[in-house]
Amino acid sequence: MGRTVLLIEDEPNIIEAIRFILSRDGWVVHTHSDGTTAYQSVLEKRPDVVILDVMLPGKSGFDILRDIRGGSETGALPVLMLTAKGQAKDREMAEQIGASRFMAKPFSNTDVLSAVRELAEG
Amino acid sequence: MARSTLTGTRIRERRMGMRLRQADLARSVGISPSYLNLIEHNRRRIGGKLLMDIARKLDVEPSALTQGVEAALLEALRDAAVGHEAAARELPRIEELVGRFPGWAQLLADSHRRVAELERTVELLTDRMTHDPFLSASLHEVLSTVTAIRSTASILVETEDIDSDWQDRFHRNLYDESQRLAEGAQALVAYLDEDSAAEEHVRSSPQEEVEAYLRAQDYHVSALERNLPPRIDGLIEAARELSSSPARDLARRYLERYARDAAHMPLAAFAAAAVEMKLDPARLAQRFGVDLGAVFRRVAAMPEERIGVAAGLVMCDGSGTLTFRKPVKGFSPPRFGAACPLWPLYQALSRPMTPVRAVIELAGRSTRRFLTYAICQPAQMARFDGPQVLEAAMLILPDPPLAPAQGEVLPAGTSCRICPRRDCVARREPSILADGF
Repeated sequence: MGRTVLLIEDEPNIIEAIRFILSRDGWVVHTHSDGTTAYQSVLEKRPDVVILDVMLPGKSGFDILRDIRGGSETGALPVLMLTAKGQAKDREMAEQIGASRFMAKPFSNTDVLSAVRELAEG
Repeated sequence: MARSTLTGTRIRERRMGMRLRQADLARSVGISPSYLNLIEHNRRRIGGKLLMDIARKLDVEPSALTQGVEAALLEALRDAAVGHEAAARELPRIEELVGRFPGWAQLLADSHRRVAELERTVELLTDRMTHDPFLSASLHEVLSTVTAIRSTASILVETEDIDSDWQDRFHRNLYDESQRLAEGAQALVAYLDEDSAAEEHVRSSPQEEVEAYLRAQDYHVSALERNLPPRIDGLIEAARELSSSPARDLARRYLERYARDAAHMPLAAFAAAAVEMKLDPARLAQRFGVDLGAVFRRVAAMPEERIGVAAGLVMCDGSGTLTFRKPVKGFSPPRFGAACPLWPLYQALSRPMTPVRAVIELAGRSTRRFLTYAICQPAQMARFDGPQVLEAAMLILPDPPLAPAQGEVLPAGTSCRICPRRDCVARREPSILADGF
């Protein structure tokens, strides 16, 4: 069972909080904040789970998810989408493109933790 | 009238083109030659069956005789009928409708156009709500901040053995994010406030149009204060705020009364007397030989710098419906729905011709007191054979100079929905304020 998470998010204090709770649970947490190079980072870090924010500078989380699903090595990677707009539209979009899970901000730490655990167990 | 002008001329042209005699055409459609002559010279309106008959005799479509004239109207009606089954069935009779009932047809077309306009407005507004970039960005900002705060706070609360470096760090993050949240929330509130100010342009009733018109000049119509014959029609025409004709009618009635009041109580003399008599409406009424209601209206029309106070005024009809609202700082009469039944205005309404004076205290974040005078009078000259129409008015003066004894202050509100006095005996509906202040 893998223990690496790549967190693609641009809010420093959210990054810090998620990194803290996941690290304490034994995960290795990589972070990335730039949308345009996020997919590259996925290929390099080879995480077991990706946490992906929808609103990123440079490139939308939906587009990054499309890249991930389209890539031969990353097509089956578990992806947890985060969005600040808990709208049905966004959720639908995320499901269509193939997000494994969807979580609306503000989320609770426990929910994120359990979602990541479940996704890794797959 | 433009419509018949063209139609008559066209009939004449077509008839002469066919070398048909006026008398022959008239006989063939069963009217007298002189009547046809009137029609042809555009002195009689023509439509309906007669128009169709003449068109048939002249071997043209009725629309060819009316084309260009009623074309726009017909077009609008056809547009309105699209997708309407019953109307679509009667589409062949559309010219008959326009010919026989031009007024109703015009109403239908106008209503259709208005509905389309309103639909567009609604669409625009909905669009704005969904796609407003500022609103969307602000909400995103607020949600992001709240997420960081929630996450950080729960780490601080739930992690028992957190070391002090991390603890400091998270405290600092929490502080930073809370600052950011405060700013974001303020920006959002400021934006929404601005928005509701803009909405005032979308006025829902003629009364609101009139109020906007009066508010723009601070309820003081300086054009009617001169010693000249009032030119009310000119004022109304120049008023941008008065867009609908009911609003203009309302405004005219108001301004006519204003002009009468101003004639009885000229500005300079009245302002001086008001100051001298400390705004006592009874003494002012005696001095100027007018009734109390007139004094109330006049005081409310005085500029603040003349009498040292910006007075408020509310009026209602016999049903209690507010017909006039001039708010005063700290006391805004409700724009919609009914007001507080405890207002002296309504006490006066139940006792016509009896003056009421009371100090009221409005509940709110801070309590404010107002000195009020109220009177209910017939709205017009009493008649022996008609219904008695009553009108009540209440003058509202902020910061009463005399401090009355505790028992003499009447607790009141503006409207039940926003009133925190939970146990009020006069409560009509629950308050939307969960708890009092």
